[in-house]
Amino acid sequence: MLKKIRIVLGVLFFAGITLMLLDFTGTLHLWLGWMAKIQLLPAIMALNVAVIAALIIFTLLFGRIYCSVICPLGVFQDGVAHLSVKSKRRRKNNKPYGWSKEKKWLRYIVWVIFVAAIIIGVQALVALLAPYSAWGRIVQNLFQPIYIWVNNLLAAIAERANSYAFYNREVWMRSLPTFIIAAVTLVAIVILAWRGGRTYCNTICPVGTTLSFFSRFAMFRPVIDTEKCINCKICEHHCKASCINIDEHKIDYSRCVDCFNCLEDCKMGAMKYRFAWKRDSSASLGMTDDSSAGKAAEGKAGQTTSGGSKNGRRAFLTGAALAAGSIALKAQEKKTDGGFAMLLDKQVPEREVPLTPPGSKSVKDFYKRCTACQLCVAECPNNVLRPSASLEHLMQPEMSFEKGWCRPECTRCSELCPTGAIGRITREQKTRYQVGLASVNRELCVAEKGTECGNCARHCPAGAIEMVPIEGGELKHPVVNEALCTSCGACENLCPVRPLSAITVNGRHNHIKE
Amino acid sequence: MDRREFIKISGVAAIGAATKTKPGKDSESAKGGMEYRINPTNGDKVSLLGYGCMRWPMIDKDGGQVIDQEAVNELVDYAMAHGINYFDTSPAYLQGQSEKAAGIALAKYPRSSYFLATKLSNFRISDKEASIALYRDSLKQLNTDYFDYYLLHNIGRNMESFKARYIDNGILDFVKAEREAGHIRNLGFSFHGIKEMFDHFLQMHDSGEVHWDFCQIQMNYKDWTHADPSRNVNADYLYEELDKREIPIVIMEPLLGGRLASVPDGIAKQMKEREPDRSVASWAFRFCGSYPRVLCILSGMSAMDPLLDNLETFSDFKPLNEEELDFLERMAKWMEEYPLVNCNYCNYCMPCPWGVDIPGILRHYNESVATGLYPQTAAQKDYKKLKRAFLVSYDRAMESIRQADHCIGCKECLQHCPQSINIPDELQRINHYVERLKQDTL
Repeated sequence: MLKKIRIVLGVLFFAGITLMLLDFTGTLHLWLGWMAKIQLLPAIMALNVAVIAALIIFTLLFGRIYCSVICPLGVFQDGVAHLSVKSKRRRKNNKPYGWSKEKKWLRYIVWVIFVAAIIIGVQALVALLAPYSAWGRIVQNLFQPIYIWVNNLLAAIAERANSYAFYNREVWMRSLPTFIIAAVTLVAIVILAWRGGRTYCNTICPVGTTLSFFSRFAMFRPVIDTEKCINCKICEHHCKASCINIDEHKIDYSRCVDCFNCLEDCKMGAMKYRFAWKRDSSASLGMTDDSSAGKAAEGKAGQTTSGGSKNGRRAFLTGAALAAGSIALKAQEKKTDGGFAMLLDKQVPEREVPLTPPGSKSVKDFYKRCTACQLCVAECPNNVLRPSASLEHLMQPEMSFEKGWCRPECTRCSELCPTGAIGRITREQKTRYQVGLASVNRELCVAEKGTECGNCARHCPAGAIEMVPIEGGELKHPVVNEALCTSCGACENLCPVRPLSAITVNGRHNHIKE
Repeated sequence: MDRREFIKISGVAAIGAATKTKPGKDSESAKGGMEYRINPTNGDKVSLLGYGCMRWPMIDKDGGQVIDQEAVNELVDYAMAHGINYFDTSPAYLQGQSEKAAGIALAKYPRSSYFLATKLSNFRISDKEASIALYRDSLKQLNTDYFDYYLLHNIGRNMESFKARYIDNGILDFVKAEREAGHIRNLGFSFHGIKEMFDHFLQMHDSGEVHWDFCQIQMNYKDWTHADPSRNVNADYLYEELDKREIPIVIMEPLLGGRLASVPDGIAKQMKEREPDRSVASWAFRFCGSYPRVLCILSGMSAMDPLLDNLETFSDFKPLNEEELDFLERMAKWMEEYPLVNCNYCNYCMPCPWGVDIPGILRHYNESVATGLYPQTAAQKDYKKLKRAFLVSYDRAMESIRQADHCIGCKECLQHCPQSINIPDELQRINHYVERLKQDTL
């Protein structure tokens, strides 16, 4: 019964969080946003004392149920392990797992590195190790494109049926390094889970290690009744966490994730989940260098550097070239109708200070809190947010305006950010944020070349851009009133100059207007 | 003379279609086939429905667009088999590919079995050599040594450009000489623009400076008395002036680029009440065909369905009676109340140097207004649904980089628009509307 409840709840949480990461319509997070906010690391980043305290108390009471129910990566591994066991059973005499000693040494080193990374602010390392961040990047990078393609297929069908139920979304590579890291993470996690069940959770996962400090002393836990136990070891061989030692009749509660499989497996009724504070916990000690997990950890560390290529610097020619007919006339002599002018893709300008979303108090604060879970990147309806490719902020989001701009009516990322890196803001509050400042590159501006334009001024929602006459001429070129600029990027995005816009937004360190 | 008198004569003209010097498909008109009109000057027996070669389907190829020649062949074959014998093209149409496609599709038919009309579209460079090269190129593309109908293309908006394109460079004299030599059987012009210019062209005719064998005008029940006076001339005036001089008339934009085929809901309903089995478009064609000086009505049939529908309209053709004309007059008046843009999607403005899909934007807007998927205030009942429909269909209509917010107002398009639409103003107005929808400030 307990196992069934665990499975049902786990699947619900897993589906909820995963759907939220897949969703791009801005609806699901209104219902499911809390699922992200009760993840431990985001709660710590948000200094959400209530959630942190609740999780600790919950773990002290009931053990690492968090890992079996709330953590999407944990549930995912359970799923992989389940499939693995099913396929192994046929071959391997029903003994997929077995007791192994706790790899304390590895565990604590990873944990210390992780905590140090948070304190120093090396968030790339934090994101690399943390389970929620890992699942976030896997879903956003690898699964959301598939989700959107299916959506686009439905959109195409809907279009034929004159329905507006589905609309098209562009699928594009936001950051190659992050994509590669996500792919490697997925492969590593699948391999670990396939071979050893909860290996990642017990030896690498810093959240798991943190919870293990409390679960060792859990009030309720699975306990072996030695009177009834016949040492058949079915439970031991089925324990994904490899934490049951039947020879000594001990369970390592630092690793037990309360999956309750053993309760169902034991035909003798020797395994009970019950109040057990009187008894001694039996965390087994000892170091070992049986390091399949160690190797995996090294492999993961290696991934950090694996994808350093530049992001999004392409200049494909898009649009239709005027089709060249087989005519004797010089092309310019014949004015023909129709067709599209070629447009170059916009290029990312150099920004000395990165742009982080309105709602973030400062660049520093944002990157310190963000766990790179990609929730905001997956959600951004304007294609503005993407994971950074810079080494300093690897995988953490930044804004850029090649495909869209940060529209005034949209506050979605602020609504769903579970860490508080993007503070919750309303439309009105959004106008008080200035995450950057637009500036004009006069050499590129079309007005300097004799074309009347003013598109940046026309579309500036803050009215921060004025057109003033160029000295000694009739044409006007834009100037920016710093005080009014809200750094939404409309000017940069809608500037007709390509591939580099003549007006670009550079980040500011502090974001709230005085 | 008013239009009621024309109607009375129209029957006579139709019956008079007995003589034929040019063989069309020997018509099945007796058993309800295609309606033909006779050009009184030379006896040309012209199908009342003409094929406008400006809207043929294009397919994407090698990053560009090319005419779907297979589809065109099929359309032309079907049209020829059903009595259409007038084909109107231009070197400018369909990114410059229309003439060639027409030439290919018609190659298998005897040259005398159809009438070819094309135009001197010397818009970009109008010096003598370039213009003559354009003329000769048309002969080559259409694989012929004469044109049945040849037009000075899109004149009437201002004197300077007319003079530059045809007078100062001696091109009018050139085409007149070509007519003498038999390479042009009928010389005329297609008119868009202001009354003064139209009067000027007729004055040239009256004074003997040039004899216009025919004239192509924009005529439909909307423009009959409801043309925008600052940009266009009411078609009733154009028609009457030409009729006085007995100049045969070819009609363009009978449907206003399809706008009269998808009229606002209330209007369509009334039409269906009167003629449940006839299409909305048929009303527009019957309107034009009700006037006897009309030689041919062009329709840019882009696919088989409109072709079939039009063939039904023009077989066993029934002119409108007075009451029906009054009805259309009322509908035209009603239509003025909708905030539509007078765009016929002719693509003359394209390509926009900044990549904007001008006709795409205007078409989406017009269709949304006509079909009522056009929220007017955030307070209205279906606001959310309408907003979604408008914005989703806007994104479906074109890529975001080709939408109205990318119009920078350079005004390059203004000189090309035959309807004299202030395109940048309209695009900015539409974009303002889109912004208000997105921001819920409508």
